[in-house]
Amino acid sequence: MTQKKPKIGITTCLVFLSQSVFADLQPYNMTTGVTDISAKVFDLHMLIFWICVVIGVVVFGVMIISMIKHRKSVGHKAAQFHESTTAEIAWTLVPLAILIGMAIPATNVLIEMEDTSAADLTVKVTAYQWMWHYEYLDEKVDFFSRLATPREQIYNVQGKGENYLLEVDNELVLPVGKKVRFLITSNDVLHAWWVPDLAVKKDAIPGFINESWAKIDKPGVYRGQCAELCGRDHGFMPIVVRAVDENEYQQWLQSRSQPSQPQQTALQ
Amino acid sequence: MSTLAADAHHQEGPESGIKRWLFTTNHKDIGTLYLWFAMIMFFIGGAMAMIIRAELFEPGLQIVDPQFFNSMTTMHALIMIFGVVMPAFTGLANWLIPMMVGGTDMALPRLNNWSFWILPFAFSMLLATLFVPGGAPAGGWTLYPPLTLQTGAALPLVIFAIHLMGMSSIMGAINVIATILNMRAPGMTLMKMPLFVWTWMITAYLLIAVMPVLAGGVTMLLTDKFFGTSFFNAAGGGDPVMFQHIFWFFGHPEVYILILPSFGVISSILPTFARKPLFGYSSMVYATASIAFLSFIVWAHHMFTVGMPLAGQLFFMLATMLIAIPTGVKIFNWVATMWRGAMTFETPMLFAIGFIVMFTIGGFSGLMLAITPADYQYHDTYFVVAHFHYVLVPGSIFAIMAAVYYWLPKWTGHMYNETLGKWHFWLSTIFVNLTFFPMHFVGLAGMPRRIPDYNLQFADYNMLASIGAFGFGLAQLLFLYIVWATIRSGKKATNEVWEGAEGLEWTLASPPPYHSFTTPPVIK
Repeated sequence: MTQKKPKIGITTCLVFLSQSVFADLQPYNMTTGVTDISAKVFDLHMLIFWICVVIGVVVFGVMIISMIKHRKSVGHKAAQFHESTTAEIAWTLVPLAILIGMAIPATNVLIEMEDTSAADLTVKVTAYQWMWHYEYLDEKVDFFSRLATPREQIYNVQGKGENYLLEVDNELVLPVGKKVRFLITSNDVLHAWWVPDLAVKKDAIPGFINESWAKIDKPGVYRGQCAELCGRDHGFMPIVVRAVDENEYQQWLQSRSQPSQPQQTALQ
Repeated sequence: MSTLAADAHHQEGPESGIKRWLFTTNHKDIGTLYLWFAMIMFFIGGAMAMIIRAELFEPGLQIVDPQFFNSMTTMHALIMIFGVVMPAFTGLANWLIPMMVGGTDMALPRLNNWSFWILPFAFSMLLATLFVPGGAPAGGWTLYPPLTLQTGAALPLVIFAIHLMGMSSIMGAINVIATILNMRAPGMTLMKMPLFVWTWMITAYLLIAVMPVLAGGVTMLLTDKFFGTSFFNAAGGGDPVMFQHIFWFFGHPEVYILILPSFGVISSILPTFARKPLFGYSSMVYATASIAFLSFIVWAHHMFTVGMPLAGQLFFMLATMLIAIPTGVKIFNWVATMWRGAMTFETPMLFAIGFIVMFTIGGFSGLMLAITPADYQYHDTYFVVAHFHYVLVPGSIFAIMAAVYYWLPKWTGHMYNETLGKWHFWLSTIFVNLTFFPMHFVGLAGMPRRIPDYNLQFADYNMLASIGAFGFGLAQLLFLYIVWATIRSGKKATNEVWEGAEGLEWTLASPPPYHSFTTPPVIK
């Protein structure tokens, strides 16, 4: 067991290292996101990843050494041992200890993620085949949000843009620094509302309302997709969140809460 | 032992022609039927995977309609799970269990015939859905309502096909248990049985426990669709998520049904080629039993995002993490078996070592997926696709191939071509990693699974994965050729076949007599 300590030390170092080195490699790794929770989720992901790497190096290392040294062609004679209670107890208890070490931070983050209390504003998200409907409770604002990528791009008639399949007609605009609660449901089949940068993924279930929340730190545009198979156009119902500062958000609300024309047009 | 082989000539042999296969009650013939059935289905399911990868080769929609794409993912999964891995393992069980325990045949030979011959009907029905109005089922192999209830004429067909597959599996499982408990030679105590027999017995109990649960779940879909019930419809007082609980209560033990016999195969092959006894036999048995037990209390880790209470999520996270312990014990025991052996690397050993390495990689991603907060990001992305393909393709499929190379000389009396076998291993290993490793990256970067088209940022890795998939598919034609060529001709195999092979099957002639042990062998 004394050998365990340096291993955990190395892992912790690697986790801190990974923060800086791996966080920017977007196409290769999970996003660190733009909320406190998403950063914590990323850290958990990297922690368990490095634990796996260390175990993998040890296990595969032993296998490789064995495959090089203990082969018949180099004249190695087979030993005949076939059990060792000490070893078997050790490789039951050491993994148990590692798992407990992993479970504690995971539990803490999960408890935080599930705490939807004291929200500053609430948005009701309703999924349809194949679009999203957003309703700002307490405000008179609601609208549909649909894929904006033209068919010509999908069917390879035109060149594809940078946000191909990840662009919508009406973005979900949210204020930064506010705890936003999402109430997620569906009008037809199952869907899942997923924005990786917010570390929010919740199923939209007809007849039931799920809750989640996010407090966005940085203004910006964050893109996601439906994550639960929902039929023919499952791959074509993206989510775009535009996070803006409080002033801009209030202005946007003003412009949206004029007589509800956007909704009318959206329904056509 | 040569007298045994001589005795066999006085036994009645197989009937000639098609009647041999239609009416056979012989465990070897039925084993052969199961294995060829799995081989055919492997190429049908594989062709569907090729269509999927061809569509995903580049961004944009170019080859198939999204609805048909969804049918392909759904059918590919159903065929590979129920039509390839499960029948292949049942085929191995049929061939090997009577020989390994020193029996003459399976305990229930006519049931055995029936449990095989249900399958061609079940899969004809499943494949027929490709040609019915509304197309083949496209709601995912998990059949989640309400989407699955939007299926057209295919819905009752797929449900009845699943009923038939379930009946076949249950009868096969009953037969395995009856054989193991009744057909062992005197002196073959339970704790002397080869691990393949042990893992299959535990698998058989899992099958009996969970196939009826699936049958119940899909029947509820049927009545929701056609008979006005509302089990899964909130408007009628039901709950769509209840189906997921029922499905995964079947589904999680099912994934161990797909892997436990592999553990038995690997535990047979490693000691032979390391020329050293298996390390920790009894802990292997206990680990298998622990995995089987835990498989019943972790199902909801497939559904962390459905909105479960915190306590539920914590329970399923912790229980899932616990599975790493018995699985780890197995991996460590295998490595300890290799350690200080005198290894040679014939094709079965290569596949076995490939299994251990790549199954462990799949185990690592499984451990990552168990961490609930991180699972919120991984769930329903290509990271999950990478995970389960790592445990199923270089996991279960590699174990089946290892078993075929290992026992094929025994079954046919011919050695396979070792050079071609090694080519098959290396091509499969390179291409399987080229296919599935990049999927970890696109999944982490945010590509959801089950989509026919994607953003440009995912393009490079998808192209790599497609190239890998085409290569892997082609490499399997080599496997088909090797098996075919070995059956027809090849160097004569000795009875023992492998220098370090232990076990009763190696005391029989190669090929073995039609009825395995007509006189019980003496167990040391």
